[in-house]
Amino acid sequence: MNYLLCTLMEIPWLPKILAVIITSGIAFCIIISLLVLTVIALVLIERKLLGFFTQRKGPNRVGLWGVLQTTADAIKLLCKENIELKHADKILFTLAPIMAFASVIVLWCLIPYNSEFHLINSSVGILLYFFFASFPMIFHFLAGYSSNNKYSILGAYRGLALTASYSVSIIFSVLSIILITGTMDLDKIVLYQSHKWIIFSNVLGFIVFFITSLAKLNRCPFDLSEAESEIICGYHTEYSGMRFAMFFLGEYAELFVMSMLIVVLFFGGYLSPFGGYISNTFMGNCPISSYLIYFEQTIWLFIKTLIVIFSIIWIRATLPRLTQFSTLNLFWKYIIPVSMINLIIIFLVRF
Amino acid sequence: MKGYLGMDKMCLNLGPQHPSTHGVLRLILELDGEKVLSAEPDVGYLHRGLEKMAESKNYIQYLPMVDRVDYLSGFFYSYAFCNAVEILNHIQVPEYANYIRVMLLELNRIASHLLWLGTYLLDLGAISPMFYTFREREDIVTYFEKVTGQRLMYNYFTFGGVRHTDIYLNEVKNIVEKIYFKVDEYESLITDNPIFISRTKDIGVISKKKALDWGLTGPNLRASGILQDYRMNTPMYDDIEYDIVMSSEGDCYSRYIVRIYEIRESVSIINQCLEYLTTIELPNIECSRVPILNNPVGEIYSFVEAPRGLTMCYLNSVGEDTPYRVKWRTGSFYSTQILKEVLKGVNLSDVMAIYGSLDVVLPEVDR
Repeated sequence: MNYLLCTLMEIPWLPKILAVIITSGIAFCIIISLLVLTVIALVLIERKLLGFFTQRKGPNRVGLWGVLQTTADAIKLLCKENIELKHADKILFTLAPIMAFASVIVLWCLIPYNSEFHLINSSVGILLYFFFASFPMIFHFLAGYSSNNKYSILGAYRGLALTASYSVSIIFSVLSIILITGTMDLDKIVLYQSHKWIIFSNVLGFIVFFITSLAKLNRCPFDLSEAESEIICGYHTEYSGMRFAMFFLGEYAELFVMSMLIVVLFFGGYLSPFGGYISNTFMGNCPISSYLIYFEQTIWLFIKTLIVIFSIIWIRATLPRLTQFSTLNLFWKYIIPVSMINLIIIFLVRF
Repeated sequence: MKGYLGMDKMCLNLGPQHPSTHGVLRLILELDGEKVLSAEPDVGYLHRGLEKMAESKNYIQYLPMVDRVDYLSGFFYSYAFCNAVEILNHIQVPEYANYIRVMLLELNRIASHLLWLGTYLLDLGAISPMFYTFREREDIVTYFEKVTGQRLMYNYFTFGGVRHTDIYLNEVKNIVEKIYFKVDEYESLITDNPIFISRTKDIGVISKKKALDWGLTGPNLRASGILQDYRMNTPMYDDIEYDIVMSSEGDCYSRYIVRIYEIRESVSIINQCLEYLTTIELPNIECSRVPILNNPVGEIYSFVEAPRGLTMCYLNSVGEDTPYRVKWRTGSFYSTQILKEVLKGVNLSDVMAIYGSLDVVLPEVDR
């Protein structure tokens, strides 16, 4: 992207502001298409895996082995009517899904996909990530509040209670990584792991981060803010059509990007787990081999991410849901003390 | 905009259309935040007039409708009605037919408990157990279809016996063997799961006195520590040895434990029936005869221990072709009415845990 920007800047007749706009437009298109395609694939993978866990076939009608099922669902959601509520707060009701989705797009730009493609390469990458990652929760609450439905408001409250429980421990476990690597730049955190993944020096931190990210993603067993058997759908009970799809997309996109962050923080990000790159070994003489390496790095990132997502789906297929009291108990009595102890241990080892 | 934020109390109509009321129960909850201040169950959305219908149909015509009282344990209702008519007309049921009846009743009890187990875990947010229990239930239901021609509404018991004696005993043997191992599988997934325990232990405690006061029966009563199983009083079960499962805590967890162990007990009862049925060579032709009904004047109360508690059939005959009055007493009705007492003061997320653990089936409540 930097290369593209520099090239455009050098064209004499092109205004500089236009060069920036074109570059960011291209970057946005890449990210959004990547996001939508990944989410469509991810939903299919989740449904297929849940089918596998529960001895069913999963979707198997649309396309070969049902691969087009989620695409069909997405088209259906696009065509569906947006139901306007008489008593809802119209502005907030419309704004909430858009903003919740938009903040997730920013998260996608913060992840280093390979050693070149890193859209927002900031020296405080982690901080920015958690700044934007806290947005969806706020807009979920506003969605629940504005739809003026009793189930929605209950779901919104539960979401807030959940936020109160996970926020502290997620920051503590991230702090332990910052202590180890000495940087908040996600790129440098990845490069730090070129010899040894952080998971090996920070197991406790990983466990805390993994459990906390389940809560952050509203995933089972912490899916209490949209507990179907209790409060129908929680905050998005009243949403339909594309507005619902926004929440849905945002949720799954956040699941994927959070798993990518787990990989970046603990499993070496886009680095190959074997040290060398396959494309380097076999096609080292080829002139395009350096580009192939970028491609391979992204593949490695996605493979690791999918393994993390597999375990998240596995958990969903296995566990029942926690209540909000037991969630608060779990986080404030066990997880936060553990993450603090972990932080102290890392501090003592480090300095 | 009318907001719910500033309100002290919130009135929430849980149902009649709600994902986990298992039918059409309406719970009027008064909430303070998520705490339930008061709960009022409202039934009657599935009333089909099954009691009134009896008054315009003769006994044989009414027999197929009896299964519809509770579509998950149709044999029990069939049996209760048949038994009432048999007592009224002094019909003796052959022993062979009795054993067939016991075997099918217990298979039906297993099917019913399996369905409860799956849906209960679904209420608690676990999705997989439902598919596992439905897998085993499917075997039983397919077997029922093979024997009776129907998957849920069997219409297989008749006055004085069963419709026919072509029951496939080998299949029962296979099903029962499979289920005995599968129950261990469920237990390994559920019983020691810390989340499941935190959701059910000490939640929805029904004390002995409360259980008796509100007329609970069946597994719900036995989970509260009262030894009462109407199979003991049914002559059909006289030659069969079985343990009565009991637990003393009275919470959701003990109701789960009681049902899980009842599945095992049912398996042992079915095995005893199989032993009898396979040793007797010639199926008694008497089993499937249709006796002549005289229908003398009289009042009869017959009962059976159904999966959801004591089921009673009151039959009043004035000597006509049709019953003068049929009244059903079902376990679910009493389980529903105790909700008012149990749900007071619990958290909203425990409402479904408690309601699910009572194993209420709404068609049975409304008839």
